[in-house]
Amino acid sequence: MKVAVTVMLKDGVLDPQGRAIGQALTTLGFGGIGEVRAGKLIELELAETDPERARARATEMARRLLANPVIESFSVHIPTEA
Amino acid sequence: MRAGIVVFPGINRERDMAIAIESCFGQAPRLVWHHETDLAGLDLLVLPGGFSYGDYLRCGAMAAHSPVMGAVAAHARRGGYVLGVCNGFQILTEAGLLPGALLRNAGLRFLSMDCFLRVERADTVFTSRWAAGEVFRAPMAHGDGNYTADADTLDRLEGEGRVAFRYVDADGKTSAAANLNGSARAIAGIYSDNARVLGLMPHPEDLVDPLLGGVDGRPLFDSLAAALVA
Amino acid sequence: MAQPVDAALARSFGLSAEEFATVLAIMGRTPTLAELGVFSVMWSEHCSYKSSRVWLRTLPTTAPWVIHGPGENAGVVAIGDGLAAIFKMESHNHPSFIEPYQGAATGVGGILRDVYTMGARPIANLNALRFGDPGLAVTRRVVDGVVRGIGGYGNCVGVPTVGGEVNFHPAYNGNPLVNAMTVGIAPADRIFLSAAAGIGNQVVYVGSRTGRDGIHGATMASAEFGADAEEKRPTVQVGDPFTEKLLIEACLELMATDAIVAIQDMGAAGLTSSAVEMAGKGGVGIELDMDAVPQRETGMSAYEMLLSESQERMLIVLRPGAEAMARAIFEKWELAFAVIGRITDTGRFVAVHAGVVEVDIPLDPLAEAAPLYTRPHLPPVPRAPLGPVADPLGIEAALLRLVGCPDLCSRRWIWDQYDSTVGGQTVKRPGAADAAIVRLDGSRRALALTTDCTPRYCLADPQVGGAQAVAEAWRNITATGARPLAVTDNLNFGNPEKPEIMGQFVAAIAGMGAACRALDFPVVSGNVSLYNETDGQSILPTPAIGGLGVIDDAALAVGIAPGAGDELVLIGATAGWLGQSLWLREIAGREDGPPPPVDLAAERANGDFVRGEILAGRVVACHDVSDGGLLVALAEMAMAGDTGLALDAAPEGMGAHEFWFGEDQARYVLAVADAPALLDRAAAAGIAARRLGRCAGTDLTLAGGITISVRACRGAHEAFLPNWLQ
Repeated sequence: MKVAVTVMLKDGVLDPQGRAIGQALTTLGFGGIGEVRAGKLIELELAETDPERARARATEMARRLLANPVIESFSVHIPTEA
Repeated sequence: MRAGIVVFPGINRERDMAIAIESCFGQAPRLVWHHETDLAGLDLLVLPGGFSYGDYLRCGAMAAHSPVMGAVAAHARRGGYVLGVCNGFQILTEAGLLPGALLRNAGLRFLSMDCFLRVERADTVFTSRWAAGEVFRAPMAHGDGNYTADADTLDRLEGEGRVAFRYVDADGKTSAAANLNGSARAIAGIYSDNARVLGLMPHPEDLVDPLLGGVDGRPLFDSLAAALVA
Repeated sequence: MAQPVDAALARSFGLSAEEFATVLAIMGRTPTLAELGVFSVMWSEHCSYKSSRVWLRTLPTTAPWVIHGPGENAGVVAIGDGLAAIFKMESHNHPSFIEPYQGAATGVGGILRDVYTMGARPIANLNALRFGDPGLAVTRRVVDGVVRGIGGYGNCVGVPTVGGEVNFHPAYNGNPLVNAMTVGIAPADRIFLSAAAGIGNQVVYVGSRTGRDGIHGATMASAEFGADAEEKRPTVQVGDPFTEKLLIEACLELMATDAIVAIQDMGAAGLTSSAVEMAGKGGVGIELDMDAVPQRETGMSAYEMLLSESQERMLIVLRPGAEAMARAIFEKWELAFAVIGRITDTGRFVAVHAGVVEVDIPLDPLAEAAPLYTRPHLPPVPRAPLGPVADPLGIEAALLRLVGCPDLCSRRWIWDQYDSTVGGQTVKRPGAADAAIVRLDGSRRALALTTDCTPRYCLADPQVGGAQAVAEAWRNITATGARPLAVTDNLNFGNPEKPEIMGQFVAAIAGMGAACRALDFPVVSGNVSLYNETDGQSILPTPAIGGLGVIDDAALAVGIAPGAGDELVLIGATAGWLGQSLWLREIAGREDGPPPPVDLAAERANGDFVRGEILAGRVVACHDVSDGGLLVALAEMAMAGDTGLALDAAPEGMGAHEFWFGEDQARYVLAVADAPALLDRAAAAGIAARRLGRCAGTDLTLAGGITISVRACRGAHEAFLPNWLQ
C-alpha cells in the first residue's frame, strides 16, 4: 500500500526557500500571504495491507532516515483510496 | 601514522584531499570504500567533500547510514581522529558524531569563492600550527553550509570551546557580509567534545600549493602530521 | 500503435517527401513505426549535419599534434608527457529555452559523456551562453535556470567549471544559446573509439535505465520554434549528475582493463544513434534484444526505447570473456548492466522486441543515402563604412557605463555558483586570466582554456566575425603564455533553408577556416545547431569557439592583475575602429558599420611576440584588448590588481574616444617592470608597441585631468548581475 511521509523544517528553523517563495508570490500580485514553508513529500509503496503496520514502518523510516530530527519534523499519511 | 579517506558514491574531492595529505604527510592515504568496516591501522579518518548520493534527500543523510560509518563512529569513540570537510561535515552531523545540522545557504545559491576563517583555538591536533585568532583563506564550494543548532547547543559549543573556525572578514572580524552562508554565530567548523572530531565546510585541502593560489590550508595538515607522526 | 506509416507521418517526424521516398526505396517496403523513427532521427539535421557537412569539410582539421579530428565523439590532441587532451563543445539550446535548469544540466552531462567515452577523465568544463534582452522577465528566468543547471550538474559530478562567456542581445529572446564544453585527459595510447568489431561480441548497456524521456529530442533540435514551444515540454530530459559521477568512475575503471572493443555514449537519438554509429563505423551489423534493455517504466514499445533520450547511458562492445568482470564493476557502482545484443556480419541494424522484428535496416544505405544538401546561400551584404562619430558623453562617463553594461559587467555572480576548484588543479580561476589554467595532476604542465565569439561582428560581417572568434580564442590562450593547439566549434545559426542564413554560415566557416590555418589552430571537434529561430526571428550568427592550449610550466602562466609600479605597454596597432564596437552601441546607441578587420598576420606576429615575453618571465600581467576597447581592458586590469593607473595621453590624429574605446584586433596590454626594454625588443621584431602608463595610486588618471576611481569602476562593474538577478 502507498504511504506518504511529509517532511517539514521544524517551526523556528529558518526556511529561506519558503521565504523566497512567499516573496515571489507577492511579486506576482498575490496579496495577504503570511508565512510560507517548503517541505518534501515522500511516497512509499510498501508491501503491507494493514494500515497501522504500514504507518508504523513509515514512521520508523522517517525517524531513521527520511527526516533529520535536528531540523525537521515529519508526519505520515495513508492516502485514502477513493 | 596512517590516514584513510572514506569514499562514498558521489564524493568528488577525495583526490584533492589525497594530494594535500600526501604532500603534507609524505605518505599517501588509503582510500576506504563505503562498504568497508575494518579500519584497523588508520589513525586519521577523513570524510571528504562532494555530493554523496547526489545530495538527494538531505546532504549526507544516506552516506551517514553506510556500513563504514559504524566503524567511523567506533573509531571516534576510541578517541581516534576524524576530519570531515564540506559533505564530510554534513555526514558527521547526520551521523550524530557532531551536533547541529547544515541547511541551505541563506541566499539559496551555491557559493564557490574564497572565504576567510578565524582559528578559534590553536591547542588541538588540527590547529597547532596556527595561532589562536589567526585568519586564513580557504575556498568554499557548497549549497548547504548554513550551520544551525538550537540555542542551548550553540551556547554549549561556545562554552566548551568547540567552535573551531568562524567566517570573518580579512581583518578577522565577524560580520553579516563575511558570514556568506548565514551560519548561526558565523560557525564554519566545530569539534566533538574531546576535540578529536572536526567538521568544517570550507576546503583547506584546495589551498596547499603556491601555484594554486596559496598555502593557507597547509597548517591544518601540518598540525595533524606533527601530532600523529609521534 | 495503429498509426499508418506514410508520408504524412514521416513529415511529422521531420522527413521531407523526398527523404521518405528514399526510405521506401532503401527498405523496399513500408517501414515500421520504429524504423521510421530510426530514419527520422539519423537523418535529422542534428545527427546527419545534412545542411552543414559540405562546408564543415573545408575547415582545417590536422596538425602534427592532432590525434583524432572531427568524426569521433570528441577531438584528441597530444599535449606532451604521453598525454592527450580530449575536448568538445556542444549545444543544448532548444531544451534550455523550454526548461532552463534541466536543459542546461543535461547539456553539461551530454558533453561530459562525449569526453569520457573516449577514455578521458574530465578535468574542466566551460560554457558559452547567449541570452535575450535583460529587460524581459523571461530572460531573467532563463539566466537563473541555466546558471543553476550548469552549476547543479557540474558541481555534483565534481568537474570544475573554469571559464565561459556570456552575451545578451534581443536576437536571443526566444532562442538562448547554451553551449557546453568539456576537457578531459587520457594517456595518448589509451584512447577509446566507437567503431564496433568482432562478430559475435556482446553489446552491453550500462548506466541509468531507460524511460520515455526526450523522445525525438534530436528532431526537436532540428526545427524552428513556434508559439507552441510550451507544448514541447514533455520531450525534455531530466539529468541525474549523481548517476553520471558513478558512470564516469565505473567507465574509467573498466577502461583500465582490456575489456572494451568499442564504447559510445547514448546522446541525441539515444540507443538508435549509438548502435547505428558503432556498427556503421565498424562496417558490421548489430542486433539488439529490446526485452533486455533496462527499463524504468512499464509497457515501453521498441519505438520508445530506441528513441528515448534518457540520460547517463552508454553502449559498450565487450571482448569475449569480459562480461563477468565488467558486470562486477558496474554492480559495484550500483549501475544497470545488461547484455542487450551482439555484433553480426549482416551489415544490418536489427531490433527484436517481444519476439517481433521491429527494426531491420541495412546500415550502409542508412548512412550513404543520408541527405546532403548544398543549400542556396546568399553572400552577406557588406555594411557601409561608419564615418566619423562624435563623442556625446566623455571618457569618464562612457567608461563607467561600459564596464557596467550587461555585455561587459563582472560575471562574478555566475561563476560564484560554479565549483571552479574541485580537483585541486585550478591554477587560474574564472576572471583571473584571459584563459582558465588547469594543471595536469602530478605535472608542471597545464592547459589553457577559453570560449569566444563576438556575435555582433558575425552579423555585420560573418566572414570577419568567424575569423575574429578564432583569433580571440587564440589570443586569450596566448595572453596567459600558453601555446594554442586546437579548437572545438559550436556553430549556432538560424534556419539554413533561408539563403541569407545559409550565406552567414558559409561566410563564417570561410573566416574561421582562414584564421585556423593562419594560426595553426585546427578544428578537432564540434557541433552545429541550426534552426535557432522563433517565429521567423533568427539569432545572431554565433560560431562559438572553444580553444585549448598548453603551457609546459604552469608557474609561468600570467593573469590580468598587475602590481603597483608596473609599467603598461600596448602591443598591436590602434586605428580607433568604432564600427560594431560596444562603445558605439552602448554610448552612441547605434549597431552600425563593419566590424574591426582581422589581420591574421598581425595576430600571429603580435601573439608569438607576447608569448615569448611571457615565457621569458618578463611579464607580470597580460590582458587582450577585445569588447569595449583599450580603456575597458585597462580598467579590468586595474580592478583585478586593485591598483590605480597613471595613463599617458592618447596619440594625436584620432579622437580620444576612438583611441580608448575602438576595438582594433590583435592587441594586448602587458604589465612589465621595464617598458623601455620591451619597446626596444618590439621595435626590433617589427611589432607595433606603445607605452600606455604605469600602475600608481588608486584612480585611473588620464591626460586632461580626467580621474576615474577604480572603486567607482568596481561598483559599476559588479552591480548589474546581482541587482538584476538577486
